[in-house]
Amino acid sequence: MTHESRPWIMPVPNPSPDWSSEHPIWNPIAETLPRAEREALQLERLRELVGRVARVPFYRDLFAHREIGPHSIRSLADLRRLPFTTKDDLRRQHPLGFLAVPRRDLARIHGSSGTTGKPTFVAYTAGDLRIWSELCARFLVAGGLRPEHTAQVAFGYGLFTGGFGLHYGIERVGATVIPAAAGNTRRQIEIMRDLDPEALICTPSYALTIADAARELGMDPRALPIRFGHFGGEPWTEDMRREIEDQLDIAAFNNYGLSEVIGPGVSGECTARTGMHLQEDHFLVECLDPETLEPVPEGEPGELVITTLTREAMPMIRYRTRDIARLDRGPCACGRTTTRMSRVAGRTDDMLIIRGVNVFPSQIEEALLRVEGTTPHYLIEVSRPGTLDEVRVKVEIHPEIFSDRMDRMQAVRDRISREIQTVAGIRAHVDLVEPRSIERFVGKARRVLDTRGLNERES
Amino acid sequence: MKLQQLSLFLENRPGRLDAPLETIAAEGINILTLSLADTAQFGILRLIVREWDKAKRVLEQAGWVVNLTEVVAVDVLDRPGGLAAVLKILDGAGLNIEYMYAYSLRRGDKAILIFRFEDPDRAIQILLDQGLHVVDGDELMSFAAA
Repeated sequence: MTHESRPWIMPVPNPSPDWSSEHPIWNPIAETLPRAEREALQLERLRELVGRVARVPFYRDLFAHREIGPHSIRSLADLRRLPFTTKDDLRRQHPLGFLAVPRRDLARIHGSSGTTGKPTFVAYTAGDLRIWSELCARFLVAGGLRPEHTAQVAFGYGLFTGGFGLHYGIERVGATVIPAAAGNTRRQIEIMRDLDPEALICTPSYALTIADAARELGMDPRALPIRFGHFGGEPWTEDMRREIEDQLDIAAFNNYGLSEVIGPGVSGECTARTGMHLQEDHFLVECLDPETLEPVPEGEPGELVITTLTREAMPMIRYRTRDIARLDRGPCACGRTTTRMSRVAGRTDDMLIIRGVNVFPSQIEEALLRVEGTTPHYLIEVSRPGTLDEVRVKVEIHPEIFSDRMDRMQAVRDRISREIQTVAGIRAHVDLVEPRSIERFVGKARRVLDTRGLNERES
Repeated sequence: MKLQQLSLFLENRPGRLDAPLETIAAEGINILTLSLADTAQFGILRLIVREWDKAKRVLEQAGWVVNLTEVVAVDVLDRPGGLAAVLKILDGAGLNIEYMYAYSLRRGDKAILIFRFEDPDRAIQILLDQGLHVVDGDELMSFAAA
């Protein structure tokens, strides 16, 4: 097939980054389009998408029922006439019911990490893979990667999209990739010392695990050769960024994506670090109130809902990410004209309701990090011993907060309790626990143990 | 004149005390004295050992959080009012005792008490000025060996 038969594939332009610039842009055309031009492109692609997804039975039936077709899309506002797609819809079409191309056109199949239930599969055509690596290249360059650099990828390589997505993005930039993969932390450190990579690519919690491991080996983690890192795959906080930057003496950049729409590459930070630039020539992103499904006022937190404009194998219409973030359409110092999203403040489905108060694990983490020296190793246990919810937060002790004096130790515990009350608005029992007594995860950390049996929503 | 005291964080669960004690026992390190401060959920184990630097190293290698504190050992007459007399001196000098515990062995008509002060140097000076006997590390060790 040619591009003519698949007009939604923008012939990926030969990017001509100005490497002599202090802040080069990987794709100076796509990333700096004036808004009107971008919206015209989005509209054209959306109209085409609505025709194309009719090959997916799920959308064909919904569209037929609502009498929706390409003619229904006259402006971008008409996006709101289209139905939503949820994780449950994907599960019901397990394994590959959402394919919009014949099976023989697939080039690769990944799977979601299954954080919230059984994994779902995500398929890619060769064209999807080409766009995916282009999108990863964009944020990698925005966050400092140059063709002469070496990057160590400590993400899992497998069904999880993190490893392969970033791997091909780094190659697309022309940099050198070390596919170290997740795990064997001491080996990661040996590789770093042998090969001097400038960049580290992994989850933010794994970056801290690497710093821990370096100290255990009697090394100063700040002396490791890495100078910057691109971290994603799980929600994290500004305080955690400071921890990572301080412990490893690097610049830490955030990126965002989810396998259901492509994987990493939906957005990523530039050096201005005032939000992650959304790749709006490939995704239409809405920010909605998760209850009313109406748009929130700009700058307010809401659930991100993403429509994939160019995905061939598994296009998604208004996919409900469950991720809560804010959007900022204002100009950015870096020169890119795309909308920026804040870091993910939580998920509508990991939101805990404690005695009627909505609590996100990220709020507990923020409270812990306000208490100087508390490492981000913690576990939130929610139970309902009688009729009322109880929250117990287990926090690992470490040398900076340990004292031989009982009054000091009790003060630390009380301060954590007070900060949780301030940030999250709930009373929690705080248990100080021995170092390394909370299970470590190489990939996404498990932060919540909810034994109330309220969240058995998986169908 | 100051003694080095090791402190460890322990969760208050059955069996938690065994592990660090076995760790230092395996290195042939003998405990001269210990005290345990505890709450329902966690405790602080304080140890005075002969080879504190080696004990600290092996405990940290085994994954414990270990804190090093300077404490002061003082001879106290082992008779009614013996401790009260020492406390009166400390109180009169405005010295605050963070905590204290008894050394496990007596020496003649003396007991030895271990004190944790905010400012151990100043405490030692006051105790000496008042004619009290401050027991230094070597003396404590030789006494334990005897």
